[in-house]
Amino acid sequence: MSDIRASSASLMQAPTAKGPRDPWSVLRWTLLAMGAIVMVMPIIYMLSASIKYPYEMYDLNIIPKEPTFENYTYVLSDGRFMRWFANSFLIATITTISAVFFDALVGYALCKFRFRGRTFVFIAILSTLMIPTEMLVIPWYLMSKSLGWLDSYWGIMFPGIMTAFGTFLMKQFFETVPDDFLEAARIDGLNEFQIWWFVALPLVTPALSALAIFIFLGNWTAFLWPLIVTNSQELYTLPVGLTTFSVEQTVEWELIMTGAALATIPTLIVFLVFQRYIIRGVAMAGLKG
Amino acid sequence: MNTYRNLSIRQKQVVWAWGFLALPILFYVVIRFYPTANAIVLSFQSWNLLGPREWVGLENYEKLWNDPVFWKVFKNTFVYLILGTPISLVLSFVIAYHLDKTRLLHGTLRALYFLPFLTSTVAMAWVWRWFYQPVPIGLFNNFLASMGISQISFLNSTTNALPSILIPAIWAGLGFQIIIFMAGLRAIPTSYYEAARIDGVSSWTILSEITLPLLKPTIVFLVVFSSIGFLRIFDQVFNMTTNNPGGPLDSTKPLVLMIYQTAFSSFDMGYAAAQTVVLFAILLVVSLLQLRILRDKP
Repeated sequence: MSDIRASSASLMQAPTAKGPRDPWSVLRWTLLAMGAIVMVMPIIYMLSASIKYPYEMYDLNIIPKEPTFENYTYVLSDGRFMRWFANSFLIATITTISAVFFDALVGYALCKFRFRGRTFVFIAILSTLMIPTEMLVIPWYLMSKSLGWLDSYWGIMFPGIMTAFGTFLMKQFFETVPDDFLEAARIDGLNEFQIWWFVALPLVTPALSALAIFIFLGNWTAFLWPLIVTNSQELYTLPVGLTTFSVEQTVEWELIMTGAALATIPTLIVFLVFQRYIIRGVAMAGLKG
Repeated sequence: MNTYRNLSIRQKQVVWAWGFLALPILFYVVIRFYPTANAIVLSFQSWNLLGPREWVGLENYEKLWNDPVFWKVFKNTFVYLILGTPISLVLSFVIAYHLDKTRLLHGTLRALYFLPFLTSTVAMAWVWRWFYQPVPIGLFNNFLASMGISQISFLNSTTNALPSILIPAIWAGLGFQIIIFMAGLRAIPTSYYEAARIDGVSSWTILSEITLPLLKPTIVFLVVFSSIGFLRIFDQVFNMTTNNPGGPLDSTKPLVLMIYQTAFSSFDMGYAAAQTVVLFAILLVVSLLQLRILRDKP
């Protein structure tokens, strides 16, 4: 456990010198840098196309001769993108808060309490990891249809309000919290919920933020279920809205690229600000997952 | 309240434990287990959402077995897996291995490789779809034209369309795999390398005798994780072929897209449920096989 934290934390430092200088290091660095540029090229071309006029849209140059924000004003003018953005943000935020809360609660209960049926509950929850979402979407759809959840925020959110992956991750991390701390709090007269909230949770904040990043990203980019459960454009999430918008535009690629850029730019900004936390969080969640 | 006070600490904990678990257990039963059972039951029934649900026994599975589209889709799904997993793992390992030894602009390079992982698959599917268009629109063909090379038909060709869709899928997942590989590489104690260097072992031997064996848990995780991802591919295919989903001539259609169309275009719910059961079986068998094969190797 501790070595996973250590190795995901050590990711943040550049490697230290290991022995004699490698004669191939210049070649290695050049190839790596070229690879990195190739990796971001699609994003660069998308951004570049979004500020081009149609007449130079299909030129290979990245920096337009005549940059324009007209595409953005056009795409944003009918307000649909703002709505979809707000929907996605709201849904991803609420789902993340709920999933992190419940996953930490269940992970803690399964880790720190001794009671009959504990192993059974843990294995039952863990076994749901094997069930693919695609198998559940049809029953979820039928369920939402009969309960009137179709085409509602709750309908989009309910499948994700708890996750087995997060429960497993949190259980692993609560193993690192010493029982003595909890016992001391118990003697101080805190009840079990207070012990969890005030004592145990603050000790696993890196894990909580790692899980939050993972769940937020998953919900932000989720496509299949929102596509199935929503009917009216007002309730579309950003990916579903973008698909509809792009199909409408057919050949106006500069507008499609502007829509794609609008869906991508917020994540890019968040990444640039929280880069270290995001990479460390993804490494931590991935290694335990 | 008095009865609660009279309980021992252990008994109180049991009460708290079930209190913590009550709502989650309800969730897992209603939103995970009941739908799973429902999907399996539905796969033995025939239902178009309007009429009654009728028991048809194994008819849906027989229909699937005799459906030529299913076998095409089955093959496509495995082509995504068989090409996608090895290519993305080899690429990400090579990049992670070398990136781990690079100091100059280390953080920047790593961020650039990681960036595509954070993009929305739908947005990027449309970006790549634009790249793949014929002249005078598509970037790739415009580039080929400017070099005087003949055009390539990407998404309109039954042979090229699937690899063309696979490339963005590999591209988007690479950053995650690189980060996981790098974390795995960092977890290997440097003392192993130091000892090897003192013994004068070549870097190839270090790679094959120290790095790769010690990286095995990471490799197993990434093989299983990325295989499941490729077997469930949907977003990219759906968005890059909206005018004819899974086309041309079903040459790019994966199982999840077939499920989506059967359920939500044809409303053949029983048949679609049978397809989801098959998908579940495929995922289970592939993951267990991979775990078995990779763990058994010395």
